[in-house]
Amino acid sequence: MPTPFLSVQGLSKRFPGPKGSDPLTVFENVNLGIEKGEFVCIIGHSGCGKSTILNILAGLDEPTDGAVIMNGKEVSGPSLDRGIVFQNYSLLPWLSALKNVTFAVQARHRNWTKKQVHDHSIKYLEMVGLTGGAELRKPSQLSGGMRQRVSIARAFAIQPELLLLDEPFGALDALTRGSIQDELIRIWAGSDQTVFMITHDVDEAILLADRILLMTNGPYARVAESVQVDIERPRVRADIIHHPDYYDIRNHLVEFLAKRSRELAGKRDEDGVSEPNVIRFGLNGPVANKSNKGAEEPPARARVVNGAD
Amino acid sequence: MIASLNARALLLSAVLLAVLLGIWEAASPQQKLGSELTEYEILMGGAEPKAAVPPPSAVFVKAWEELSNPFYDAGPNDKGIGIQIGYSLYRVLSGYFLAAAIAIPAGFLIGMSPLMYRALDPFIQILRPISPLAWMPLALFVIQDSQASAIFVIFICSIWPMLINTAFGVAGVRKDWVNVARTHELGTLKTAWIVILPAAAPTILTGMRISIGIAWLVIVAAEMLVGGTGIGYYVWNEWNNLDLTSVVFSILMIGLVGMLLDTAFAYCARLVQYQE
Ligand SMILES: Nc1ncnc2c1ncn2[C@@H]1O[C@H](COP(=O)(O)OP(=O)(O)OP(=O)(O)O)[C@@H](O)[C@H]1O
Ligand SMILES: [Mg+2]
Repeated sequence: MPTPFLSVQGLSKRFPGPKGSDPLTVFENVNLGIEKGEFVCIIGHSGCGKSTILNILAGLDEPTDGAVIMNGKEVSGPSLDRGIVFQNYSLLPWLSALKNVTFAVQARHRNWTKKQVHDHSIKYLEMVGLTGGAELRKPSQLSGGMRQRVSIARAFAIQPELLLLDEPFGALDALTRGSIQDELIRIWAGSDQTVFMITHDVDEAILLADRILLMTNGPYARVAESVQVDIERPRVRADIIHHPDYYDIRNHLVEFLAKRSRELAGKRDEDGVSEPNVIRFGLNGPVANKSNKGAEEPPARARVVNGAD
Repeated sequence: MIASLNARALLLSAVLLAVLLGIWEAASPQQKLGSELTEYEILMGGAEPKAAVPPPSAVFVKAWEELSNPFYDAGPNDKGIGIQIGYSLYRVLSGYFLAAAIAIPAGFLIGMSPLMYRALDPFIQILRPISPLAWMPLALFVIQDSQASAIFVIFICSIWPMLINTAFGVAGVRKDWVNVARTHELGTLKTAWIVILPAAAPTILTGMRISIGIAWLVIVAAEMLVGGTGIGYYVWNEWNNLDLTSVVFSILMIGLVGMLLDTAFAYCARLVQYQE
């Protein structure tokens, strides 16, 4: 089996506990593969370790065990090939919105002229709707949503191979969120970028993702399921809800969040394999498929719960 | 109509000043006439014009005199106030900037490296509480030059707040911002320049402001010791001449220059301030 573009192998993260107590194991033995060009969302309850996984993918944090392999090379330390939208925006407060983007573009394209850097940055700020003077203001003078958009522009502008987005649209109103989601899809579709995105919004996940990873509650969280979203693209927000699979997928996700994320918490996969169960939706609900993604079509109409096939 | 807070504060300041000057003026003893002197006072030399704390009016007259010709030079013991302050400023600034040139890079090093932080901490802790004037004899012996020794004393007293604040500011830069530098593959120098320096600048400037304040405090004492020139020497010299009017005038000038130095640094601090 060829290794995927991004491969997460046996990943564990423990934080030392408060003095004397046991260490906190956020997650253990997480295995994942993400193909080049894939758009993957990850959903899980607050505190289950999503940001921790994303930081390890970014190379900002070290796993306690295991490894992340991208393009056949082990990830060690951050790189411009992996762009990040941080959960807390992480803008530099002494720079204007524009400068927060230009410094990143400058770092990416060291031989560009000032004008090239400026025009490129402005293009991305325009894309997120920050123009007409707003781009010259400092982050402290911008609203939360505007800051988030600067941070999005900064990550998109360096056109990384892998985009890591940590709840990138959390602070945005529905309208802005919609238009930036559309931009994200447009940029992603027009390139061979791979996207790994954390979200709490199941509708957003279904609209955007090729695949949705579901994480159980921590500690000892794991990526229990990988839900394939086979709804054809381009997906239109208003139409997608009429797709026959839409509510099956949605219900499955909501049910996972409401019930199974708790029930499965702390449990090992029964057969000892820690690959997420692949779930596909046929005509009558979810189909679990133990073998890896890309295997032959699962039997239709069989509602198989969680690996008991 | 309610005047703005600033205007009212200004008015109150003016009133307070007038009241204080009034009390001071009224409390200053007038020179008594010979006939009223007791026998004891005559024996003690009371018939001579007596040295007394001068009234503000006398200080104003003195200030007018001195400030209308601040740069005259009539021999080693008679120089204008401008020249004396100039000498002091020259010593303070050269010692101070020498200290900054060492303290800020060293503070960066200490702040960025936990190893250096721990290794150098004991030295800093023991050297920092030493009164700068305690270095004076050693400095005079080693350097063999009173001018340079005064500069050295300024150097040694202004280095610690800058060193400690720089190290503290650099070590305390938010990890998120360092991560931004890391994800954009900025090298060490670029990270220091684009992220660490602006992030730590307000703390560094605070250290610089504390240092300049201390340096200006210390220079007066140092010049009293080494003598020759400078505002500290001027105060001491006028005291020896029993010219208390000049002493009071120079005290006010020391305060004024100190305030101007502090204001300048406060202005610089505002330039690098940012809001999170
Ligand atoms: N530096 C740290 N030291 C100790 N524990 C930590 C540290 N960072 C994170 N944790 C713990 O790891 C767990 C996962 O944190 P993480 O930030 O990854 O959660 P998350 O899934 O992103 O949550 P949210 O949806 O709220 O952002 C939490 O229980 C948190 O307390
Ligand atoms: Mg998070």
